[in-house]
Amino acid sequence: MKLHEADARNIFERYALPVPPSRIVDSPEQAGKAAGDLGCPVVVKAQVLVGGRGKAGGVKLASSPEEAAEKAEAILGMDIKGLKVKKVLIARAVDISHEFYAGIVVDRRSRKPLMMVSPAGGIDIEEVARTSPEKILKTVIDPVWGPLPFQLRAMTAFLTDDKEVAKQIGRALSSLYRAFMGIDASLAEINPLVLSPDGKVWAIDAKINIDDNSLFRQKETASLRDESAEDASEVEARANDLSFVKLDGNIGCIVNGAGLAMATMDMIKHYGAEPANFLDIGGSSNPQKVMTALRIILRDRNVKSILINIFGGITRCDDVASGIVSANDELGIDIPIVVRLTGTNEEKGKEILSGTVLTPAASMDDGVRMAIEAGGG
Amino acid sequence: MSILVDKSTRLVVQGITGRDGAFHAGQMLAYGTKVVGGVTPGKGGGKTDDGVPIFDSMMDAVEETGANASVIYVPASFASDAICEAADAGVGLVVCITEGIPVNDMVRILPYVRERGTVLIGPNSPGIISPGKAKVGIMPGHIHIEGPVGVVSRSGTLTYEIVDHLSKNGIGQSTCIGIGGDPVVGTNLLDALDYFADDAETEAVVLIGEIGGSDEEDAADKFKNGYPKKIAAFIAGRTAPPGKRMGHAGAIVTGGTGTAAEKIEAFEAAGIEVARTPAGIVEAVSRIME
Repeated sequence: MKLHEADARNIFERYALPVPPSRIVDSPEQAGKAAGDLGCPVVVKAQVLVGGRGKAGGVKLASSPEEAAEKAEAILGMDIKGLKVKKVLIARAVDISHEFYAGIVVDRRSRKPLMMVSPAGGIDIEEVARTSPEKILKTVIDPVWGPLPFQLRAMTAFLTDDKEVAKQIGRALSSLYRAFMGIDASLAEINPLVLSPDGKVWAIDAKINIDDNSLFRQKETASLRDESAEDASEVEARANDLSFVKLDGNIGCIVNGAGLAMATMDMIKHYGAEPANFLDIGGSSNPQKVMTALRIILRDRNVKSILINIFGGITRCDDVASGIVSANDELGIDIPIVVRLTGTNEEKGKEILSGTVLTPAASMDDGVRMAIEAGGG
Repeated sequence: MSILVDKSTRLVVQGITGRDGAFHAGQMLAYGTKVVGGVTPGKGGGKTDDGVPIFDSMMDAVEETGANASVIYVPASFASDAICEAADAGVGLVVCITEGIPVNDMVRILPYVRERGTVLIGPNSPGIISPGKAKVGIMPGHIHIEGPVGVVSRSGTLTYEIVDHLSKNGIGQSTCIGIGGDPVVGTNLLDALDYFADDAETEAVVLIGEIGGSDEEDAADKFKNGYPKKIAAFIAGRTAPPGKRMGHAGAIVTGGTGTAAEKIEAFEAAGIEVARTPAGIVEAVSRIME
């Protein structure tokens, strides 16, 4: 789950990171007032859940409340990479003599948190990783201890020779780690972490992604989700315990199991067509879920046919077939639906489908080919 | 031989009184697995309908039954504790079916589990089966037949799809291990490959990978440096868009890395055949077994 910069900054502040004061506003008047209260110059920053806000013109300096209001007016309502700017952050500006990068992710290889620091802050860290990887220091952190003092010494030495600056950065890195673990983040990033001419270190941007699996115990953070930034169908799917990702093609698919669902999409492409979506219906043969899945897919006008690909295993094919038939009856679907059922009671399942407009497929390959043909090739 | 589970497996079902635990305990028993006990804290003292004794704790269960493995059907909010309890009771092998365990929990549990000499499979795993010997998990036993091919996969139903093709073509399996769909798991692809490398009964290994992480690329390095068994592979997610979680918590392309294309390229560079469709695995395996 992605957090807006404003929410991430609040979290960082709670964990004692040096974040310049700021306020979130949604009108030019409020922006002007905030700028007056905080003290200019300020930065006006679009609050949208994508990177590259600066490049898109969504981050502007303002040296007076009037200018802050002007910039806010220009930025509010802007479309940045498909997302509309509804709020802006007004933050006290800081003079910058150097920009660093600091971030934490879980490293899958070592199965531990990984802290990354770089003296090349303020730019896309993936770009730095590609073009000058030697500018990034990666440190695996022991989850029992957090970053140990000797590790903090190594990381700060990588960034600066100045003892006072090193102390501040070291404190910031410790705080960043505690925030990462405390809020169950999958990513926590300060880019840039800056040094001011007066020798102070500030975190002037904040990015946090929360591990979706932890939301049940991070209820306060979970309430910060911005559903308007997500595809409405994906939101509805999640609310109904379905995994759904919209794609651009016209062959819809409903599958039980994420790996099989990906393989189904891949096979559709392999046989020359384009999948309309990824949809994992999970392990249950519950008719309600089938209904919701069909309804979500049918909202997409591009969909010309649907493949339901079920490897039953313990899930019973006759149950699934009954569920599909009643869902189809209730929704009155007028595009071809191909159903592949393999597993327990598959013969009974096929019997239930015979005599309906649902077309049975004997295998996954057959199912994909038939769905493509039924969709107009 | 098979790996990790066989006729000597004595299994405790954690969460045996819950809906999934109860159902799958019965299924595993029907397959012939020695299910010797179940644990649900607070419900100890009785027996299930199949006559399996229920205990309040893993320690009690292990003491009474001499169990050497456990399987966990416990909700995500309690599963981390269940894993630690099993490791602490000294079972040696813990298979966690549960999906939805916070990643940072897994990061903290792994050293705990390792210190106690426990092998953890999962979480978010369909389990592990050695056909004809023991089934520890939710997979349909009847699609598996005994044979010389080991299967390691990050997926559930995709594994069944591929195993079904193999079995229908007379290619049997030594052990099928579902390592799970999460980003941090107890036994990863490399660990599983090491187990198969040491197994005399396994002649070839089918590796079913997907987008996200770098396990497959690391495996390709292993193959380049001389792996003792033949390999065929299938990688799911060629059509997955970047940055989106495709069902599994671990199935996500981040920062441009972890794509199916990269994984396939890494395998092909190591001389490993990657099937284009699940059914294509049969041909790939037949070729390498010649």
